[in-house]
Amino acid sequence: MSKTIQCVVVCLVLCVSLAFSQGLSPPSNVTAMDTPNDDGSSVTIKWDAAPEDSGISGYQILRRIAGGGLEEIGEMLPAGATSYVDATIEKGNAYAYIVRAVSDAEATVDSNETAPAKGTGEWFHTGKIPLFIAMLLFGAVIVWNIYYARSGKEVFVRRIPGLEAVDEAIGRATEMGRSILYSLGLGRVDEVPTIASMTILGQVARRTADYETPLRVPCRDPIVMNVVREVVRTAYLDEGRPDVYNEENVFFVTESQFAYAAGVDGIMIREKPAAIFLQGQFFAESLILAETGNSIGAIQIAGTDSEHQLPFFIAACDYTLIGEELYAASAYLSREPMLLGSLRGQDWGKVLIFITMILGVVLELSGVNWITTLLQRVN
Amino acid sequence: MELFGIWVTAFLTLCIYSFLYRDNPFYRFAEHLFIGVSVGYGIVLSIHQGFIPFAWDPFWAAVKPFWPGIPREAGWMGLLKLIPIAMGLLFFGGLSPRHTWLIRYPSAILVGFGSGISIPLMLQTFIFEQTRGTIEPFAAINAGTLSPWGIVEAVLMVVGVVCTLTYFFFSVEHRGPINWLSKVGIGFLMIGFGSAFGNTVMGRVALLIQRVDFLLNDWLGTIF
Repeated sequence: MSKTIQCVVVCLVLCVSLAFSQGLSPPSNVTAMDTPNDDGSSVTIKWDAAPEDSGISGYQILRRIAGGGLEEIGEMLPAGATSYVDATIEKGNAYAYIVRAVSDAEATVDSNETAPAKGTGEWFHTGKIPLFIAMLLFGAVIVWNIYYARSGKEVFVRRIPGLEAVDEAIGRATEMGRSILYSLGLGRVDEVPTIASMTILGQVARRTADYETPLRVPCRDPIVMNVVREVVRTAYLDEGRPDVYNEENVFFVTESQFAYAAGVDGIMIREKPAAIFLQGQFFAESLILAETGNSIGAIQIAGTDSEHQLPFFIAACDYTLIGEELYAASAYLSREPMLLGSLRGQDWGKVLIFITMILGVVLELSGVNWITTLLQRVN
Repeated sequence: MELFGIWVTAFLTLCIYSFLYRDNPFYRFAEHLFIGVSVGYGIVLSIHQGFIPFAWDPFWAAVKPFWPGIPREAGWMGLLKLIPIAMGLLFFGGLSPRHTWLIRYPSAILVGFGSGISIPLMLQTFIFEQTRGTIEPFAAINAGTLSPWGIVEAVLMVVGVVCTLTYFFFSVEHRGPINWLSKVGIGFLMIGFGSAFGNTVMGRVALLIQRVDFLLNDWLGTIF
């Protein structure tokens, strides 16, 4: 009798399970492989899309390290998912995966276990090849123009009012017997605006060395300070005036944004520099600095590529270098063939963008979209 | 203790605001305190988040296998980590006038690394992505899915980009059509700057309100 009851119970359980999993087929063609173009820290699992009427409401990924048990990883994936990137692997270990399909009634069915896969790092990101070609093209244009400028041919550079005022500002400070304050902003040494600012500073330092005008450079980053000291020292050496160079004039204030602003404001108010240069990367402190400089009557030349801070500089400074003018400044001030050639090369690049854009608009209006597809691939 | 904190905060806030009148000993006190505290905090942060995890720990991990009494297993590759640590130490060359030149090597690496990282990123985000974003709406115009206002926006975008780009041509004299285009470009720039100015000023006013609210309610609230 008891055997009969046991058989009935087992049959019932089987019937219920079958009823719940009816129509639920396991995910097919499940593969696990090393994610391409990464540092070997992930494995990608792929499977075929389930038909719309499959009754699957989501997927759960299970993972097994060699010789270990199965463990669930990540959140439940939506029904439309066909891949998953497991970025929680340990390098050197091989993992096998199972994709578990889950229905609305929480019935589950597992796929076959994949072959073990390991994460391997790649030396080259093949997806970046179009970008690399574009870089080479731009690089070639710039190098060609540098050679053009070095061959002695004249390179025209249009007037940039903010840079023409540099001599005026330094002359004014010299006549008044006051110092010049140069701030490179908050950028780190490896950031483009800071690098551009340092080249401008080099040119300003050459002039101040000639006129023996004190040049004060408060820095926010200790590494920037060290590099700036080198830049200024080299400029003074090049002008044959190492005796005028004072290392103490290039100094560290603090790394904190507003403490730096408070400190530089204090220097402006107490030392009353006749000319202030605000060149580099600035954030919310830009208006605080520019306003204080304006209040002491200093001639101010600002420059940044931060579009959110430019309005404040335009409002509070005498001259402002807008965006790329900051990068053009070093070529403009030094007139060195290499920098002039580079500037001309960049203009060529802009012409290329110009042509791409106009051609792209015309083609898109005619229903041809290969330019946007190409730009998408480059990205 | 909380009350004490409110009074200290209010005092320092007023010290900083006193700068609006003129430079004075209260502002100087707050300024020097602010700088001193931030430098001290920065040093502690640099030690715990920079020096220990990126220099001290890798250094010990690299030299430990060669320590007497510790079994020498793998470890030669770990010694590679000593190279960047040594490069970083070159910055201390600045402490001696005779060895200042040592700074040039780590600086050159940092600047070169920074440029190498930023140039492709800038090309990607500021050139390719923006060019595509400017062109793409014209596909929608061709498909007839863009609203009349969307069409105006797309055309304005192209005109704005072309004119603004013209302003940033440096090796060409701005005369004739180039001059007109660049003047229109400046117009577009100024409209953009105007809106950014208004937007940021609103944000700053919100910060001021927050401070005034603190002074009126949190601080004066402890008195009245």
